[in-house]
Amino acid sequence: MNCRSEVLEVSVESRQVDEAMLALLHTILLHRSTGKFHYKKEGTYSIGTVGSQDIDCDYIDFAFVRVSSEELDRAMRKSVGEFKDALCNSGSDGVGQISLEFYQKKKSRWPFSDECIPWEVWSIKVNVVSLANEQERQICREKVGEKLGEKVINIVEVINRHEYLPKMPTQSEVDNVFDTSLKDVQPYLYKITYQITDSLGTSVSTTMRRLIKDTLAL
Amino acid sequence: MDSDLSPQDKKDLDKFIKFFALKTVQVIVQARLGEKICTRSSSSPTGSDWFNLAIKDIPEVTHEAKKALAGQLPGIGRSMCVEISLKTSEGDSMELETWCLEMNEKCDKDIKVSYTVYNRLSLLLKSLLAITRVTPAYKLSRKQGHDYVILYRIYFGEVQLTGLGEGFQTVRVGIVGTPVGTITLSCAYRTNLAFMSSRQFERTAPIMGIIIDHFVDRPFANMGHMHPCNYRTAAEDEGVTYPGVEDSQEVCTTSFSTSPPSQMVITGKEGGVPQAPVQPSHGIPADQARMPTCTPSGMTCHIPATPSSSGEEAETLSRSSEAKNNSPPDILETTFTRKVGAFVNKPANQVTTACLDLPFAAFAPKNFDFEENDLMVNPPDSPVVESPLQGSLHSDDSTGSSGPLQDDFVMLDFKPAFSKDDLLPIDLGTFYREFQNPPQLSSLSIDVSAQSMAEDLDTLPVKLALYEQKIDEFDAFVETLQ
Repeated sequence: MNCRSEVLEVSVESRQVDEAMLALLHTILLHRSTGKFHYKKEGTYSIGTVGSQDIDCDYIDFAFVRVSSEELDRAMRKSVGEFKDALCNSGSDGVGQISLEFYQKKKSRWPFSDECIPWEVWSIKVNVVSLANEQERQICREKVGEKLGEKVINIVEVINRHEYLPKMPTQSEVDNVFDTSLKDVQPYLYKITYQITDSLGTSVSTTMRRLIKDTLAL
Repeated sequence: MDSDLSPQDKKDLDKFIKFFALKTVQVIVQARLGEKICTRSSSSPTGSDWFNLAIKDIPEVTHEAKKALAGQLPGIGRSMCVEISLKTSEGDSMELETWCLEMNEKCDKDIKVSYTVYNRLSLLLKSLLAITRVTPAYKLSRKQGHDYVILYRIYFGEVQLTGLGEGFQTVRVGIVGTPVGTITLSCAYRTNLAFMSSRQFERTAPIMGIIIDHFVDRPFANMGHMHPCNYRTAAEDEGVTYPGVEDSQEVCTTSFSTSPPSQMVITGKEGGVPQAPVQPSHGIPADQARMPTCTPSGMTCHIPATPSSSGEEAETLSRSSEAKNNSPPDILETTFTRKVGAFVNKPANQVTTACLDLPFAAFAPKNFDFEENDLMVNPPDSPVVESPLQGSLHSDDSTGSSGPLQDDFVMLDFKPAFSKDDLLPIDLGTFYREFQNPPQLSSLSIDVSAQSMAEDLDTLPVKLALYEQKIDEFDAFVETLQ
């Protein structure tokens, strides 16, 4: 099985980075999160309910829907915050990429650690622009809003191709497919990584791997 | 194709399509209410949240959707459409978008109904949640209020897109293959908002009490009426209610199996009466649906805890705003007080529009909007309402008048420069002429200067002697200057 890879590209102002990334990442996670599984006897299970919440952006003329889960939102904000700090502090021209990778864990025998097999990767390339005056900023607000709308449509189009999704796991294997650490929703196992590119196009900061809370990680 | 489907699968599929259609309508209408939606996630399944998504059911919307479906299901050649339009306070309307739930003939016979189709329909609803915030109508709906409202209409049958104008765009939300056909959900939205751009910023009176006929009659027999995108309607005071969700909704499938697909077991109940999420049971028959929506911009709408009191508030507010705008209808000329202004030599008194030296005075409006009634000068207090302003179209019942308007004016007796007074009748022209040639200064006249020169020469030696005596004082003075 080949990993499905999608690339989105946006140009935003520095103060818009957080909201733009959250909008796109939450849109993806809305589609890649289910309710909590409750396993019953005989291999049956029931699924909890996923709530949704409208979020208005402050620096972009845009609104998006995210999963109603404060834990998930905090995790996203933390990752996006780190990405933005790295982007702003790198001294580069403000070009970077943040990736949301969905993966499955495959058990390996001792002493080898479990293998993480990605099945879908969303990469968002960010180009930070500097604007001279308030009029340009106002235009940027609207244009970035329109661009994000187009990206949401792109995301939905990819999601609705109904390509590979991991099979629904048994109770013993649910942690190999889903992140069961959240109390209200259950996204597929994911990790967020980012890269910052300097003006020469080389990778200055090393790729920082961020693992979600995984009870089986070594 | 149906012969390959087991009776249970057929029954499940019909149920899924039916409730998917109902939930689709709810998502679309709720996205056009003009406010932010928030529903909670629940780790425990309740049995009433279809497709494992927390989507509230507005009873009126469910009723309208069921009425449009009339017991049928969206199928091949039978599309369910939700039309979103805009109506201004002046009565102009414009279609903004049409959401279409269609089915084509492409079948996927191998797909599992109870598992795959169900999950994909859930995914499609999530996509609908995302896309409804992206189309242009979303921003318009968030700003609805005084100048315009957003309406919805549900119809079943052939898709009508002619009202969207030229150059409309289409976005496909998603597709789900089923053994009986492929379900497609898409949106066609208007791109030409020229009508809006010419009227958007005109100052109009609040929509309450202005539009009386809020129905939009459609030429097609199977077309329903337009309905406002809001939670409540006024006629709930009449005690008419819709059958609640509890009466007709079946329990949704909440249990799945991790066994291999051939041993799929559905353990959810069917035909039961679940505990649906609490909804205020208010509503009116569809043909009395009311127009206006949300509160003025900046306010948020909530499902009211006490529907009746909120309805009364809305009606009261609409009546008070009605009273503000009324004027004695029988007066052909408006009577008002003219303030005294600069350079005015006419006495301040009451004049009528007919005798004012205003250009086109005869065409002055009968309903003279005085400054104190001007909302730009005296904005109305924000009403404390918990729901969209309803009942405002009961303008027939509103009474009250503005009363004699001129009594509200206070005569200010002030005398600006060059105004008339009793002592010195003067106008600007006279003043200007009089002081254009002021008299010459006496020190500049030739005769006087000649005489003073002679006197100065005679007294010069005396003065010089005096200055020499006081030379020390002069030196000290000069030093203070340095």
